[in-house]
Amino acid sequence: MNEIGQALSIAIDLIRKGDPDLLEIVGLSLRVSLSALVLACLIGYPVGAMLATLRFPGRGLLLIFMNTLMGLPPVVAGLLVYLVLSRAGPLGVLELLYTPGAMIIAQTLLITPIVAALTHQVIEDLYHEYRDLLKSMRANPWQRLVTLLWDARFSLLTAALAGFGRALAEVGAVMIVGGNINHYTRVMTSAITLSTAKGEFEFALALGIILFALALLVNAALLSLRAQFTRWSHHHA
Amino acid sequence: MDLIATWLLHTLRHPSLTAGLLARLGSLACLALLSLSGPASAGGFLIVQSTTSTQNSGLYDYLLPIFEQSVDFRVHVVAVGTGQALRNAANCDGDLLIVHAKAAELEFVAKGYGSQRFDLMYNDFVLVGPQDDPAQVGTAETIAEALHRLADTKAPFISRADDSGTHQKEMALWQAAGLDPRPASGTWYLETGAGMGASLGTAIEVRGYTLSDRATWIAFAKKRDHAILFEGSPELFNQYGIIPVSPQHCPKVKSARAQALLEWLLGASGQEAIAAYRRFGQQLFFPNAQR
Repeated sequence: MNEIGQALSIAIDLIRKGDPDLLEIVGLSLRVSLSALVLACLIGYPVGAMLATLRFPGRGLLLIFMNTLMGLPPVVAGLLVYLVLSRAGPLGVLELLYTPGAMIIAQTLLITPIVAALTHQVIEDLYHEYRDLLKSMRANPWQRLVTLLWDARFSLLTAALAGFGRALAEVGAVMIVGGNINHYTRVMTSAITLSTAKGEFEFALALGIILFALALLVNAALLSLRAQFTRWSHHHA
Repeated sequence: MDLIATWLLHTLRHPSLTAGLLARLGSLACLALLSLSGPASAGGFLIVQSTTSTQNSGLYDYLLPIFEQSVDFRVHVVAVGTGQALRNAANCDGDLLIVHAKAAELEFVAKGYGSQRFDLMYNDFVLVGPQDDPAQVGTAETIAEALHRLADTKAPFISRADDSGTHQKEMALWQAAGLDPRPASGTWYLETGAGMGASLGTAIEVRGYTLSDRATWIAFAKKRDHAILFEGSPELFNQYGIIPVSPQHCPKVKSARAQALLEWLLGASGQEAIAAYRRFGQQLFFPNAQR
């Protein structure tokens, strides 16, 4: 118990003093996971919406596949990206392995199915409500898609945040494709792994606290956004 | 709700407004892709595939900033077990190797993956365990006798089991003692498949024994009631080697940079820097380059 208390007080000290190594690692974590999130949304939103509004052969299989990929273990995503980006692999010429770019690709692979699957659920519900209206306005498929996505934007934010949380928290993929290189590809989770391996629990705990605080912040932002949106839509109804 | 839908449909039916929307989406995409390229350090980088012991002991954090002052590129260290480091380098995912399993290193060069192998530095392996030493390895005459006592008492023993240099050494020691602990895996013989630091942590938690390189042991921050129980025998010598990845095997390898780091490490200033590195007042690595 005493050891935890000591580690905790040193950890809080590191955070309060703004330890430069700590800040660098947190910064890279955010940069990688936010980039992966933007890419995942750019792919996942339209794919999820199309699966909800269009009917085509193979749609059912695609849905099952996408929902299965939601549970893709991060180490498997890491392994796949490693094999593809290795200089001995098909995309080796890009020389992306052991760079933040490789980490972004792996995390995008990991969270795009989550964003797409949640988008599909949200848009499908909304489409039931809107179908007649959209038909009466003679919207073409493209217009339908954009309209639905826009109207569901607050719910879609939830999908994005779910993906962001998973990207920020995973360690298996970034460890394999990033290599945990000091000052270059070391993010919060891989730094926690290394610090724990070195028996330096204080630094690991400091990062753990920050990771947890970020999760709190994201969820608080989400709740307040939703509250505002509810007020706003009541006002305009 | 209807209001928004109407507004959006209106927007989409007017090309200029739609273009604006697309432009905004496009710039977001560009931003994301831009960050893919990573922080471009001025002169690029060099990738060193390395054993975990040299990283876990903090050696690179000390050495590399000194070296980087004199060159215009950064050194990126990927620390994995020796086996994986050799494998990654054979796949051309590294420019220089710093590992410690001489037989595997010579094979790597013989296969044409590496151009040449040099001795870099050494320290030794130590048998670590709980201070009260229930298996009495502390009074053993030889490392073989110590291992026999471990097997006889079935005291928990943590094996790296990751094909690292330390693991290869451990297996060679068991074999030399005429023992095979692997059938006991999961009972007293525990295979973690993890790096040196993580395995030390496990050994300390289960009050077990493990073979460690001296550097990682000295640098390990939370030793609790564990101590070195057996050391100093010639079989426990731990030689580190350095090998540039061959440009004939990997045409894209950054040979000039790898050569620069190699020359520095094997030269006077690098060797002095290695000798100067201390943790808790103790020297961790002893330079022994032959040039």
